[in-house]
Amino acid sequence: MALLSIDQVTVAYDKVEAVRGVSLAIEPGQIVTVIGPNGAGKTTLLGAAIGLLPWRGRMSFDGIDLRRLDVEARIERGFCLVPETRELFGDLSVSDNLLLGGYSRRRDSAGLKQSLTDVYGRFPRLSERRDQKASTLSGGERQMLALGRALMVKPRLLMLDEPSLGLAPIIVREVFRIIASLRELGVSILLVEQNARAALETADFGYVLETGEIVHSGAASALMHDPRVTASYLGGHHDAGLEARGPKRMSGPGGPRSEEGELR
Amino acid sequence: MNGEIAAILAMDGIASGAIYVLIGLGLVLIFAVTRVIFVPFGDIAAFTALSLASLETGGRPGTVGLVAVLAILATAVEATALVRNRALHRLPRALLFYLVLPLVPAAAVWFAAGTTLSMPLRIVLSLALVLPIAPLLDRIVFRPIADASVLLLLTVAVALHFALSGLGLMFFGPEGVRTKPLTDTVFDVAGLIVNGQTLLILAASIAFCGLLFLYFEFTIQGKALRATAVNRIGARLVGIRPTSTGTIAYLLASLLAGISGVLIAPVTTIFYDSGFLLGLKAFVGAIIGAMVSYPVTALGAVMVGLLESYTSFWLSAYKEVLVFGLLIPVLLWRSLSFSGTEEEEAEE
Repeated sequence: MALLSIDQVTVAYDKVEAVRGVSLAIEPGQIVTVIGPNGAGKTTLLGAAIGLLPWRGRMSFDGIDLRRLDVEARIERGFCLVPETRELFGDLSVSDNLLLGGYSRRRDSAGLKQSLTDVYGRFPRLSERRDQKASTLSGGERQMLALGRALMVKPRLLMLDEPSLGLAPIIVREVFRIIASLRELGVSILLVEQNARAALETADFGYVLETGEIVHSGAASALMHDPRVTASYLGGHHDAGLEARGPKRMSGPGGPRSEEGELR
Repeated sequence: MNGEIAAILAMDGIASGAIYVLIGLGLVLIFAVTRVIFVPFGDIAAFTALSLASLETGGRPGTVGLVAVLAILATAVEATALVRNRALHRLPRALLFYLVLPLVPAAAVWFAAGTTLSMPLRIVLSLALVLPIAPLLDRIVFRPIADASVLLLLTVAVALHFALSGLGLMFFGPEGVRTKPLTDTVFDVAGLIVNGQTLLILAASIAFCGLLFLYFEFTIQGKALRATAVNRIGARLVGIRPTSTGTIAYLLASLLAGISGVLIAPVTTIFYDSGFLLGLKAFVGAIIGAMVSYPVTALGAVMVGLLESYTSFWLSAYKEVLVFGLLIPVLLWRSLSFSGTEEEEAEE
């Protein structure tokens, strides 16, 4: 059974339908990516899935109808979102941000302590800055804090919205390495990215969202070779010399591809 | 004015300032967590004083009726919402929180009426009676419009104040009350006579500021309240319910207001509508703290108390005018320093 199943979901702002009849599924342990241009409705889809936006259609997480769960109940069941805007607690210290990440597990103090040690182990940078206010962090550190805060939930499914947005190439590589490594923790991931190449290299399965509708889908490695996808999202033909933004190689199951650079 | 009078006035000012501190901190707390400028907040203090006075004379405080009405309304609102969302399984919990818990102290007071209770018991009962009022009002009035603009919330809060004043008159009547002093001890500090009551006010104020600080710095619940204030979406995304933190904020703030009501009742005559002025003066303090800073709010509230005390000596007719006149320079200074920071941010 799919961990997250989205079936014919439509999300509308007033009368404008930003997402129309989208269906997708994520199996346990899978990394699934949704790629597409700006304004395709990717962020809207995630907002609806986490319960911040009203939607029509059917969605279920772990077999539970999502209509019955509010945002906080989703979090308690290990279904989390790291939004594009990160939504950190700027006035609070790094360690308080992480501590509050574990708010839904606040009665399990031993487990929380363990998770905190794990997060600091994974992001030594956060450990160095644990007493600093979150608002003083750099863009990359913020993204790490946002990821770390979400890991404190002990997520079963993590939705990441543009985790590489606005980050320097070297940090982007780091972020994707971390995402791939989350698989070992048994965390399923729904990754929304404009950095299509890096996303497909990391993911098992991919969907292409355009103007609110899914236009292509398939195994990530297949999408990477699909001419319709490469033309629009992977920088056209296989000629080199494009700006390198993404990681050169990911050892994920997305399949090896190393020729050219990155779009945008 | 000689030194002795100045010292007495200062003592007086600090004492009333200490009361405004408690109310001011409550105002900031509620605003930070829920974005509501809770105009009827002073009423909570006044209602505590009135309940305490009523218990002293062996009467039945009007708060019992008020809480009963609010509890029934809130339960009705919550039950309707649950039915609409087809979440009937949460009904027992709702009944417990919105009907049973608020009515426990009310019932206790109802049955205790006529018997003489000890002073600490009277104080605890009055506090317990008053605590549910603000959270119940929150459920009835503010939660359905929780995502509205600050201005709309403020407008509703002002309207709520008028409604509550009317209810206050209905349940408490027009007479003013004054309770027995909490202590009769008088201290002689370096030739200056200091009331035990004054010292008690100071001690209570300092103690509760300290407790509030510890709560925010060292407990996960306190941090969750701060997190909600800083970023509501972020709070929801880690599983903090803004409705729950809102209720906690209202309860905590009501406790502060209730304590200040207990402290002020023996020194000032309190009427059903005295709360508004109390709240407004505390609000001046909160404005000095820009509705965000707890320490600056406390300082501002003490300043208001001192100003009030000295002007009542020199220009007693203009006492209120000067206190509220203080708002103008403060707002000017705030707006100037505010536009300053905005420019800095634009430059970045």
